Amino acid sequence: MTQAEQTFQALRIFFTGVGGQGTLLATRLVGEAALEEGLPVAMSEIHGMAQRGGVVESSVVVGNVCSPTIADGEADIVLAFEPLEAARALPKCHSKTLVISSTVPVVPFTVATGQAEYPAIEDLLGAVRSRVASVIEVDTAALARDAGSERAANLVMLGVLAGTGRLPVSMKSWQEALRRILPERVQEVNRRAFQTGYTLGREL
Amino acid sequence: MHELLMPGNGRRRLLLGNEAIVRGAVEGNVRFVAAYPGTPSSEIIDRFSQLALEAGIYAEYSVNEKVSMEVACAAAVSGVRSLCSMKHVGLNVAADAFMTLAYVGVKAGMVIVVADDPFLHSSQNEQDNRYYAKMAGVPMLEPSTPEEARAMTTEALDLSEEYGIPCILRTTTRVNHCRGPVTFGDLPSKAPAAVFKKDPFNLVVVPMVGRKLRLALLDKLKKLQDASEHSSLNFTEGSGKWGVVTSGASYLFVKDSVRDLELEGRVKVLKLGFTFPYPKAVIRDFMSDLEKVLVVEELDPFLEEAVRITAQEAGLPVLVAGKGDDLVPRAFELDAVKVKKAMSSFFQVDYEPPEVFTAPQLPSRPPNLCPGCPHRATYYSVKKVFGDEAVYPTDIGCYTLGVLPPLRMADFLICMGSGVSTAGGFSKVLDQPVVAFIGDSTFFHSGITGLINGISHDHRFLLVVLDNGTTAMTGHQPHPGIELTPEGKIEPKVSLEKVIAGCGVKHAATVNPLQVKKTQDVLQELRRTMKEPGVSVLISKSPCPLYENRLLGKRRKVVFEVDESSCDLCKRCLEDLGCPAFSWSTSAAGDTCIRINEALCSGCSVCAQICKSIRPKKIGEGKGGNE
Ligand code: SF4
Ligand code: SF4
Repeated sequence: MTQAEQTFQALRIFFTGVGGQGTLLATRLVGEAALEEGLPVAMSEIHGMAQRGGVVESSVVVGNVCSPTIADGEADIVLAFEPLEAARALPKCHSKTLVISSTVPVVPFTVATGQAEYPAIEDLLGAVRSRVASVIEVDTAALARDAGSERAANLVMLGVLAGTGRLPVSMKSWQEALRRILPERVQEVNRRAFQTGYTLGREL
Repeated sequence: MHELLMPGNGRRRLLLGNEAIVRGAVEGNVRFVAAYPGTPSSEIIDRFSQLALEAGIYAEYSVNEKVSMEVACAAAVSGVRSLCSMKHVGLNVAADAFMTLAYVGVKAGMVIVVADDPFLHSSQNEQDNRYYAKMAGVPMLEPSTPEEARAMTTEALDLSEEYGIPCILRTTTRVNHCRGPVTFGDLPSKAPAAVFKKDPFNLVVVPMVGRKLRLALLDKLKKLQDASEHSSLNFTEGSGKWGVVTSGASYLFVKDSVRDLELEGRVKVLKLGFTFPYPKAVIRDFMSDLEKVLVVEELDPFLEEAVRITAQEAGLPVLVAGKGDDLVPRAFELDAVKVKKAMSSFFQVDYEPPEVFTAPQLPSRPPNLCPGCPHRATYYSVKKVFGDEAVYPTDIGCYTLGVLPPLRMADFLICMGSGVSTAGGFSKVLDQPVVAFIGDSTFFHSGITGLINGISHDHRFLLVVLDNGTTAMTGHQPHPGIELTPEGKIEPKVSLEKVIAGCGVKHAATVNPLQVKKTQDVLQELRRTMKEPGVSVLISKSPCPLYENRLLGKRRKVVFEVDESSCDLCKRCLEDLGCPAFSWSTSAAGDTCIRINEALCSGCSVCAQICKSIRPKKIGEGKGGNE
């Protein structure tokens, strides 16, 4: 057991992304892996606008805590599937938060029409970095492509989270959760994507 | 086998609150389910309709919430356990049935699941539906977690059957859409036979029967009061001179607050699961040796009033608080930090709320009609013909997103069906053209009566029915007029055209909005008919592409592209149509240009009909597909 595991009390993970990025599936997999590991877990999702390009937010709370939602200033980890949304989630963070963010932008319509400008990625993640303990940047598109499909970017992100070891969940439990929840035809590519992310998370 | 039908044997699964309700209902031998979908309740009827056949359950997507309650109560009156579910405002629609069903009661258990939506995540208001239980005089249970949702659904069925009255299971978004571990209980073995015993002097509510039933209801309430007093769903935790009374998701925030504020041994908590009739004696005993009590609940001071009344009646000197500045906010959802703030302020203990960083100024990301959505095409053409001066009452569905720029095609909305009726009112007082929008599912839900009203009173407006062949907003559920089903194309059971003609509409036409010129021609014609009083109707018919592609596995054959050499940057495509596949971009040479994102374009061709610089482009086999 590592030190982190011995002192593990509770972990609040906030997920944010854009409709269509598979954030809810990733959220579910974290919950399933935690349950597999025998940890107390609660999750919360906001459905509704996911298909129509809006922001999708969800949360997983593991350990000795009851509230299924995460208030401002309470997230221990933020998993941002899009860099603009990483910056938007800053109010969820505290100074010790670990932010794992994709560096691949999904341009909102307000930007596409010229009503607003998409900030530089460095500025977005810089604003986050100046406030929180650490930011892991993930080029999800490249890594997912290497793994076999850009659509598996969500599993790369999940792999990075698993690789950091912040959540006391064994590889066996992660594997079991993937096996049970992912549809058969995407198992292989998603496992590869998870492994790619895991290796990255481990190295950091 | 459907996951929710697996045998018990201590099986534990992570379930959505809504799935836990389904599991609890199956364990409680529910055999009849009816609902109109509405966030955050929709997954209940969606799961039931998936497993109905296998489980021997009848499940229907009813035409609206009132109808769902009526069909479900008929089953329960005939000895078959039933369930209907709805979002909070759905109970407004069903209220007429609900209030008197409380009088007539049921023979077998009947649960009415009502899902409130604090913070209006996907609703038009945040009304507190617990008052409905009190107004009607029916029992109400309030779960905090998916596990409790499963258990309380079964318990609600038993309670309902024992006292012969429907029982409300009141949830909030954070219960419906929370996922947590749920332990499966045992499944029942067989369905009871349905029997209807004629008993008109208890089942037909004429005044003399109603008077008798009114007294019987009051009597039932007394017995239910007793049930609540002895229910294990109401329990106390901890000890101390101070108290907190709470229920639902708020209980979870309270638990975290007691721990984090180190209030163990100083604060005891009364968690109420059976919240109407609220357990007066339990509350009184809880408070009897307390100095002060804080009531922590979302929305209105429902429990707070109960606690204050109880304290007053019992003559207890306890200080009661709840809603108020520095205490529990009345609007929107609670969270652990808000509850800690309220508890620390009320009990005067130290608490340093977390520092909250402000996000930098960022471009917003509002939800939008999908690329290729036929609603956008309809709005585009209507605006071309009627312009900005017309008044556009609208309704509830994906198309409500037409309120956003650049379309801005929504002027008034209060509830399901209001688009049609308010159009009539506007037309009587305003000297402007009035064009109302309503979706096909919403039209069946509550648009028909408004249309009949408009016709019978010579209201002068154009009604545009946005017929995309599904209930798209809540997840593509069916409605009476659908043609496209998972089993293939069918003749619609109820034809929209025939209903509209049957209501007495004289000028009606059907168009495919993806054919822009034709649509505008027909709109011009209909505009001319509006010189005479009366309602004209345009059925703007084209399937929701998201739904169609999923059902038919359709793949795109073409996408569209902008020919940069002839594009004069007029921006009409962006500013008039506003398809999200377009973007303002920079060309290789560094010039400003307009591009179409190939991955987003659905190939609907509408933009190409309004601009000559936009052209089709074949896409390679196997690529594309609108997944
Ligand atoms: S889901 Fe269908 S109806 Fe709704 S916005 Fe998308 S395309 Fe339009
Ligand atoms: S064809 Fe034009 S309007 Fe239709 S989805 Fe593609 S870019 Fe949008």
